[in-house]
Amino acid sequence: MRSTVFLVPPDPFGVYSNPIGHWLVVVIAMVMLVFVLLTATAYTVYYERRVLGFIQNRPGPNRVGPLGLLQLAADGLKIAFKESFAPVGVDPLLYVLAPGIIVVAAFLSWAVIPIGLSDSFTYWIANLNIGILFVFAVGSMSAYATLLGGWSSNNKYSLLGGLRAAAQLISYEMALGLSLVPIFMITGSLRLQDIASYSVQLGPYHGPLPLIVVAPVSFVIYFISAVAETNRTPFDLPEAEQELIGGYLTEYSGLKFLCFYLGEYINMITTSALAVLIFFAGWHPTFGFLPAILTFAVKVVLVLFIYIWLRATLPRLRYDMLMRLGWKFLLPLAIANVVVTAVIVVAVS
Amino acid sequence: MNEKTGEQNVLRDVAALGVGLRTTLREMFQPQVTLSYPEEKKPRSARYRGRHYLRRYDNGLERCIGCELCAANCPVGCILVIAAENSEEHRVSPGERYAKVYEINMLRCIFCGYCEEACPVQAIVLGPEYELSEVSRERSIYTKPMLLEPDPGPHPDQQEPIRVGG
Repeated sequence: MRSTVFLVPPDPFGVYSNPIGHWLVVVIAMVMLVFVLLTATAYTVYYERRVLGFIQNRPGPNRVGPLGLLQLAADGLKIAFKESFAPVGVDPLLYVLAPGIIVVAAFLSWAVIPIGLSDSFTYWIANLNIGILFVFAVGSMSAYATLLGGWSSNNKYSLLGGLRAAAQLISYEMALGLSLVPIFMITGSLRLQDIASYSVQLGPYHGPLPLIVVAPVSFVIYFISAVAETNRTPFDLPEAEQELIGGYLTEYSGLKFLCFYLGEYINMITTSALAVLIFFAGWHPTFGFLPAILTFAVKVVLVLFIYIWLRATLPRLRYDMLMRLGWKFLLPLAIANVVVTAVIVVAVS
Repeated sequence: MNEKTGEQNVLRDVAALGVGLRTTLREMFQPQVTLSYPEEKKPRSARYRGRHYLRRYDNGLERCIGCELCAANCPVGCILVIAAENSEEHRVSPGERYAKVYEINMLRCIFCGYCEEACPVQAIVLGPEYELSEVSRERSIYTKPMLLEPDPGPHPDQQEPIRVGG
């Protein structure tokens, strides 16, 4: 069960035992994943715009295609055909590299995220035993993208936005990592598949347990930090329009701008998928009747809804409030959470 | 705000957050205020001032007597009237004269309705239509066949406007 790609367990053609066939399957799986993710990203944007619209008593995009479902195709085409414009005085290498880094980092996380296609088949590209550390390590790379993008743009607003992004990412990375330590202590594994499949024997019930039941504080800390990590409202200070024009995005247009946006939305889906895997038992049946892949998708959509809901509700935090929340509230709370969980785990065992 | 307020009132802040989230969630299920414009249109008042019409009498004669009071009264000068004499063989309006040329530049018109007020025979009136966009400036100069009732549709055989762009 530790093969790299595990799409179809019976192997009548000997594809998995053949190294070349194995690589072929991996490459095909990667390409498929990229397409699925790009589509998911487009529809996350659509979903967000529709939900924001409904919350503001208006329909949102509903003109292009049925229910406006092709809106993002139109937007993508439009933005792709824009002139690739670079202002005078930018660092030519870093200016182009930054959007690349953020997209690569965003896609890379999905290498270790297991997707349950059905109850017995699980799909992933790399089944790392330190999966979640890999996601965090790769996710932190987006700090480089925002910082380099801000620095290379030769614009003071971009630079300030990049600096804020870096400070914010470092501050909340701590709470994000610490919030999941209780999970590791409970499940005894860093492998995402093991965490998602964590099962308990509780009286008559035997099966996977959504870990939010045992670690609700972890989920709250994780979610707040994840919103901050993905630079979403109310933590979108790096691109605060009112004070910084667009932050590190100011000098970007066309496809490079699209890359930053893509990265932001993929990160949003990644953190939602992680939350589902860690706290809501992943693809394991919670709603009873849905197939595994749909269970997973529905859960991710629900977590994404919280993101959008927060965006529609909360105004942006002031910079000192952001730092105070991160360092003086979330971090101590996360450490206390670790200590308390450790005591309980030892006491129970 | 002193330094401790943030930590001391965590519970109050969380409660406030809950109120905000409840409000936005409730608004999500409220009826939408948007009109899907080309399909749904906002009702207009009976006195709405939109596109102009030149009216006729019931016997088919034009009301306009070519007095040019509308043009004189127009604050932006968008109306051009050139009058001609009625004769026994060629009677267009009941009076002595009629408007041989009647043009309104819809790009200039501010729809103030002063022409309507100035008209001694109620020949020019402002109707309810407001969708007057065109693809060129020339097409926005409405000529007499376009203005005259019964409305012959958006573009009857275009009589070349006398003025261009003015």
